[in-house]
Amino acid sequence: MSTPHKDEVTGVETTGHEWDDIRELNNPLPKWWVYTFYATIVWSVAYFIFMPSWPVFWNGEWTALEGVLGYSQRGAVTEELAAIDEGRAEYMQSIAATDISKIQANPELMELAVAGGKALFGDNCAPCHGSGAQGFKGYPNLNDDNWIWGGTLEAIQTTITHGIRWELDDDTRFNMMPRFLTDGILNREEVSNVTDYVMAISGQGEMTAGAEAGAEIFGQQCVACHGETGAGNQELGAPNLTDAIWLYGGNRSDIYESIAKARAGVMPAWGGRLSDAEIKELTLYVHTLGGGQ
Amino acid sequence: MAASKEAGAGTFGAATLGVGAAFVLGAFLSIYIAAKTHEAAMATHATFFLLFFVFGLFALGKRHFDALERGPDPQAQDGVQYSDGVIRAGVIATLFWGIAGFAVGVLIAFQLAFPVLNFDVSWLSFGRLRPLHTSAVIFAFGGNALIATSFYAVQRTCKTRLAGDIAPWFVFWGYQLFIVLAATGYLMGVTQSKEYAEPEWYVDLWLTIVWVVYLLVFLVTLAKRREPHIYVANWFYLAFIVTIAMLHIGNNLSIPVSLLSVKSYTFFGGVQDALIQWWYGHNAVGFFLTAGFLGMMYYFVPKRAERPVYSYRLSIIHFWALIFLYIWAGPHHLHFTALPDWAQTLGMTFSIMLWMPSWGGMINGLMTLSGAWDKLRTDPVIRMLVVSIAFYGMSTFEGPVMSIKAVNSLSHYTDWTIGHVHSGALGWVGFVSFGAIYCLVPWLWRRKELYSLALVSWHFWVATLGIVLYITSMWVSGIMQGLMWRAYNDLGLLEYSFVETVEAMHPFYIIRGLGGVLFLLGALIMVYNVYRTIRGDVRQGEKLDAAPAGSGQIIATPAE
Repeated sequence: MSTPHKDEVTGVETTGHEWDDIRELNNPLPKWWVYTFYATIVWSVAYFIFMPSWPVFWNGEWTALEGVLGYSQRGAVTEELAAIDEGRAEYMQSIAATDISKIQANPELMELAVAGGKALFGDNCAPCHGSGAQGFKGYPNLNDDNWIWGGTLEAIQTTITHGIRWELDDDTRFNMMPRFLTDGILNREEVSNVTDYVMAISGQGEMTAGAEAGAEIFGQQCVACHGETGAGNQELGAPNLTDAIWLYGGNRSDIYESIAKARAGVMPAWGGRLSDAEIKELTLYVHTLGGGQ
Repeated sequence: MAASKEAGAGTFGAATLGVGAAFVLGAFLSIYIAAKTHEAAMATHATFFLLFFVFGLFALGKRHFDALERGPDPQAQDGVQYSDGVIRAGVIATLFWGIAGFAVGVLIAFQLAFPVLNFDVSWLSFGRLRPLHTSAVIFAFGGNALIATSFYAVQRTCKTRLAGDIAPWFVFWGYQLFIVLAATGYLMGVTQSKEYAEPEWYVDLWLTIVWVVYLLVFLVTLAKRREPHIYVANWFYLAFIVTIAMLHIGNNLSIPVSLLSVKSYTFFGGVQDALIQWWYGHNAVGFFLTAGFLGMMYYFVPKRAERPVYSYRLSIIHFWALIFLYIWAGPHHLHFTALPDWAQTLGMTFSIMLWMPSWGGMINGLMTLSGAWDKLRTDPVIRMLVVSIAFYGMSTFEGPVMSIKAVNSLSHYTDWTIGHVHSGALGWVGFVSFGAIYCLVPWLWRRKELYSLALVSWHFWVATLGIVLYITSMWVSGIMQGLMWRAYNDLGLLEYSFVETVEAMHPFYIIRGLGGVLFLLGALIMVYNVYRTIRGDVRQGEKLDAAPAGSGQIIATPAE
C-alpha cells in the first residue's frame, strides 16, 4: 500500500507503507542519538589504542595488540599484591622471627598479630567455628576456657598446624574413641547404663541402679582416657564429662549416640596452607578470645 | 510440512503421514531407551517422550476426523482466515508458566533469606530450584509469549495465514515438552551446569528440532506475505529465531556418555568453554530478551496507541547496529578472569557502543506515543507498555555501565547483577508481555474489551511497587556487598569475612522477597482478569472503551 500519506496529528510524512493499520513516520534520526552513538565509537577506538585489544597475526603467530599503556591484568594484580606484601614485610618478618610467647609480651607486635589473626580467622575458620568463634554442634566454642586438646599457646599452635584426625598430616592429633555399640564392645543395655552414669556425673541424673552398673563399665572402658572422675584429659583429647559443656549435645540421646557410635570429628591441618607466621597470628588471636591458658 | 497449503486442514496429506511416521519411530526409540537405561532420570524422560509421541499420533488422527465436521476458520475484516487456535493456546501457556516461574522465584528468594526453607529435600533445594526459576520465566513464560505474539504479528503484518497446518501446533506442543523435560530434569539433578543452558544433550536435540520447525513456519509465512514490505517487528522476531538457533547449537555441542545416559561432556574446555558459554549467555539476553521482545513492542505499542511508529529510519539503523554489536558483548561476563585482556576489552567496548542502538528501540517505542500521550491516563494497558519501555531504557543503560571494568570490579558476583537482571526481566520483559496479553485476549476470544481495566490498573501498580522494592533492595545490598568484599585495612587485611557480608544482606533479601510476592500477586490479578474476559464477562461499572481493533482482527461479537 505504498501511497503518499501524511500523519494528521504531527504533520509528518509517513513512509507510505501500511501493515495491519500500522504506519511509520519518516522522522529523521534524533541528532543527540547519532552524536552519542559516534561518541561511544570514538571512545572505544581510543580505548583500543591504549589498552590490549584486537587479536592480530604477527611474525608468524597469533597475538594481540598490547596497547600503548602496556596494561595487563596479571601485571596489575602482581603489583598490588607486591605493594601489600611490602607494606607488611617488616612486621611479618618480625612475627616470623619472634618466638610466639615473646610476641605476646610485645604490645605493638601483638596488636598487629591479633589484627592479622582476626582476618585469617574470618576467611579460614569462621565457616565451622562461627564468625564470633562461638562454635556449633560438633565445632567447639573457642571463647570459653574449656579446651579439648589444651588452651596454651603451644597447644593451640599445634592444633592449628597439624589438625585433628587429619590423616594427611603425620603429626596430627590422633586419638579415637571406640564405637562401643557399633563395634560390639558393649551391648545396648550396657551402653544405656553408661549413659545413665554419665548423666549422673554431669549432674543431670540420679545414681540409679542402671547408673551403678554403668559406673562399673565406665571404670573398665572409659577411665583410661576420661579419668577416674570423668574430668577428661587434654593430653588425649578426652573431653571433661562433668561440666555442662557438650560438643555433640548433652541430652540423653546425644550422649547415648556418642558412646554407641563415637563422633571422631575432624579439623584440617593448616600447616602448608598458611605460613608459619600466619599460624602464629591465628594462634595469638584464638588465645585472646577469652580462654587462653 | 511447512509447505502444505492453507486449505485441507486436518486431512491425511503427505506431510501428516510423514509426521505420523516420525512419531511412530520416536515412540519406538523412547520405548527402547526407557527399557534399556539404568538411570531413573533417563527412564522418566524417555517415558515423557513416549507419551508425547503417542498423544501426538492420537491428535493427528482426531484432527483428521474432526476436519470432516468442522467449518472453516472465521474471516477477519481484511478477509484473511488467520490461524489463531495455536496463539490462544500460547497465551494460556504463557500465563501458566508465568505464575509457576514467579512462584518458584518467590520461594527461592525466601530460601536465601531463610535457608530452613530448603527443607533438607534435594529437589526443593536452592541449587535445583534456581535453574527451574530462570528457565521457567525466560524460556517457558518469555518463550511462549514470544512464540504466540510472533505467530500473531507475522500473520497480521503479512496479511496471510500462518504457514503449515500442523507445524505451528508441533512447535507449540514440542516447546512445552522441552519445558517439562528441562524442569523435571533440574528437579532430578540432571544438568550440564551451563547457566541458562542447563538441559542435557537429548533435551537440546529436541529443542533444536522444534526451533528449526519454528524458523520454517516463520520464514514460509514471510515468503507468502501479501504485503510488499516486511514490517520491522518481523525483522526483530526473525533475528531472535535465527540467532537463538545458532547460539543454542554452538553452546550445547557436547558428547553424550551413551544413548542411554543423561550425562554428556562439553566439546570445549577451560576458558574456551567459559567464553562460548557467555557468548551464548549474553546473546540469550540480547536476542531472546531484547530483540524478540522489541518485535513484540513494535507490533503492540503502535496497535494499542493507534499511532504510527515514530521513525522508520531509526528502526533500520538501530536494528542493524543492535544485531552487529550485541554478538560481541559476551566477554564482559568474564572480566578479571582467565580470559585474555584483549577479549575483555572487546567485550567492554562493544557493550558501550551498544548503548545507543539499544536506546533506538526505546526512542521509537516512547515517541510512538506522541500525539496520544493522553492515553497514559485513560488506558492502563498503554501505561504498562510505556513503563516496560522505560525499564528497557534503564536496564540497557545500566548494562553498559556495569560492563566497564572499573564498575564491574565492584558489581560483579554481587546482588547488583541480580537487581539489574530483574529490572530488565520484571520491568521490560514482564510488562511488555503483560501489555501484549491484555491486547491479545479480547482479539483472540473476540471480546469487545477486557473484563476490567481497573484490574489492569491494580496489576500495574502492585507489580510496579514489587519491581521497585526488588531492584532498590538489590542495589543497596549489591553495592554494600561489593564494598564489604573489597574493604581492606592499613595492613592489607580484609576488613570483613564472607559470612559477615551474608549477614549484612539478610534484611535486603527479605525486602526482595516481598517485592517478588507483589509481582506474583499482580500476575494473579491478570490471570483472573483474563479468565473473566475469556468467559465473556464485563465488570459492573467499567467504562466501556472498546479495545482498539483493526482490519486484522475479527469483529467482536457481544458476549453471550
